[in-house]
Amino acid sequence: MNIEQEVGKCDPFTLGPLEAGPACCDPLPVIQVKDLSLRYNGKPALEKVSLDIYEGCITALIGPSGCGKTSLLSAINRLTDLIPGCSVNGRILMQGRNIYDRDENVQALRRQVGMVFQKPTPFPLSIRRNLSLSLHEHGITRKTEVADISEQALRDVGLWDEVCDRMDSAALNLSGGQQQRLCIARALALQPQILLMDEPCSALDPIASGVVEDLICRLRGRYTVVIVTHNLAQARRIANYAAFFWVSGHAGQLIEFGRCQKIFESPRHELTAAYVNGVRG
Amino acid sequence: MYDVVRNRGLRKLREYAAQCLIYTAVLLISAVFIWLLIDLLRGGLSHLSWEFITELPRDAGRAGGIASILVSTLLILLVAVLTAVPVAWMTAVLLAEFVATGSWFGKAVRFSLHVLAGVPSIVFGLFGNAFFCVYLELGFSILSGGLTLACMLLPILTSTAEAGLRAVPHVYRLAASALGLSRAAALLHLILPAAAPVMAAGLLLGIGRALAETAALLFTSGYAERMPDSLLDSGRALALHIFDLSMNVPGGDEPAYASALVLVSLLLGINILAMKFAYGLQRSKLMS
Ligand SMILES: Nc1ncnc2c1ncn2[C@@H]1O[C@H](COP(=O)(O)OP(=O)(O)OP(=O)(O)O)[C@@H](O)[C@H]1O
Ligand SMILES: [Mg+2]
Repeated sequence: MNIEQEVGKCDPFTLGPLEAGPACCDPLPVIQVKDLSLRYNGKPALEKVSLDIYEGCITALIGPSGCGKTSLLSAINRLTDLIPGCSVNGRILMQGRNIYDRDENVQALRRQVGMVFQKPTPFPLSIRRNLSLSLHEHGITRKTEVADISEQALRDVGLWDEVCDRMDSAALNLSGGQQQRLCIARALALQPQILLMDEPCSALDPIASGVVEDLICRLRGRYTVVIVTHNLAQARRIANYAAFFWVSGHAGQLIEFGRCQKIFESPRHELTAAYVNGVRG
Repeated sequence: MYDVVRNRGLRKLREYAAQCLIYTAVLLISAVFIWLLIDLLRGGLSHLSWEFITELPRDAGRAGGIASILVSTLLILLVAVLTAVPVAWMTAVLLAEFVATGSWFGKAVRFSLHVLAGVPSIVFGLFGNAFFCVYLELGFSILSGGLTLACMLLPILTSTAEAGLRAVPHVYRLAASALGLSRAAALLHLILPAAAPVMAAGLLLGIGRALAETAALLFTSGYAERMPDSLLDSGRALALHIFDLSMNVPGGDEPAYASALVLVSLLLGINILAMKFAYGLQRSKLMS
């Protein structure tokens, strides 16, 4: 399999089409992060971050290690609730409502906002059960329906042909790349609006990573994707928007946010310029 | 150059010595077990027969079998496990999943469990006698004995189950939550199955302790050797029978050995069964 070919299936620099304004990239914010500050045990990790995530677009979060990218992602689906000592201030608006409101239905929110972790996290169950577990939980229990949705999700991530004859074997026996695609399929099966991906390719070899990258490209338009990546070339290839974070003082801050092309080719901030050109970071 | 070679030789020697030490330790442990087994077999095998298992004891246990004693033992065990397991495992789930680490409540519960684990079994016997036999008016009965054993099992069952639950990687909980699973669902479908082998192992340890328990039963379930009619009858446990035969009954050595052989085989059998069960549970979860 040729990586270049795999990746080449989606246009390498998405900013061309974006300028022309394809339907998928209407700058319609689905998530508005407003003055978000995040602390771990009182120690600030993110300070006053405000940015918009646009519908149908791929937004890349870039920046050096420890600048709070993962923290921002977990704030968007309130996974921060599960982290002891983590407190969030500020608002995140989704369709006008603040997800940190007291009466927010967190389970429904997390169904709407899928998440893929840096390391593949398949459950120690069969492949089939990995997919059906969350479907059952969300009230989809009819056998044929579950099977159909599972198959569609696996086809979407290009895993169906590889696993269709061993759906009942343990998911942990899959290769790392297959596991990661299974995790993406598991998230897609719930038909979320938004998909958060935390360095989904960092544990994969270049070929598997190319497959996943290609998959993310195909999600554009159908899903809103927020992806954390340390691979700047990858961010440049797939993202419509990019947000650059940097640790200043002790907390991570958003330095610059804008169209991907802008960030990479004519950044306004000198830190951004230094980082994307590989001078610092 | 010479130094390097000598160093390598030294390292090899050290490695070899370590290996020898480990093998000796392993051999020693196996030797103790095998010696014990041989001793039991030599002393008890000749006395062991189908009749020994199925007949009631006669002449203070010198003749006849241990049928009633086996039944009493199993009933005591059943009472103990059935009462201790739900309480212990629910406590473990509470401690591991729902109580914040370092909260005073968790600390208090854990502290009392530690204390409980360190209490000698004779003290449990006295407590059981005062509380179950006298205060609750259950008398010397299988029920009193079983409930006393349940109190003894609580710490061991709770701490092993909690350790098993805590050993389940945190990412499963995160990944499950990220998929919108409720905590109850994550617990039921992911975390408990993943912890099941450890919890089963803890249960084994507990059953082993309960089977071998003598002192705590002396004052609670009593030592009537006839067949129990109900849980409110007194019943003699197997370990107590062995104790009685070897200490109080002249000429009771052979049946004591044979009973000990039965006890050890029971322990072995339960171990193997539970291991199979834990393995099967894991497999069936993987398959469904
Ligand atoms: N559970 C936690 N408890 C305490 N501090 C944490 C925790 N998670 C993250 N932090 C701290 O918060 C800061 C931001 O961490 P975060 O994981 O969001 O960075 P990141 O940008 O994702 O880094 P990387 O690129 O290495 O993944 C770091 O200084 C980190 O030490
Ligand atoms: Mg991270």
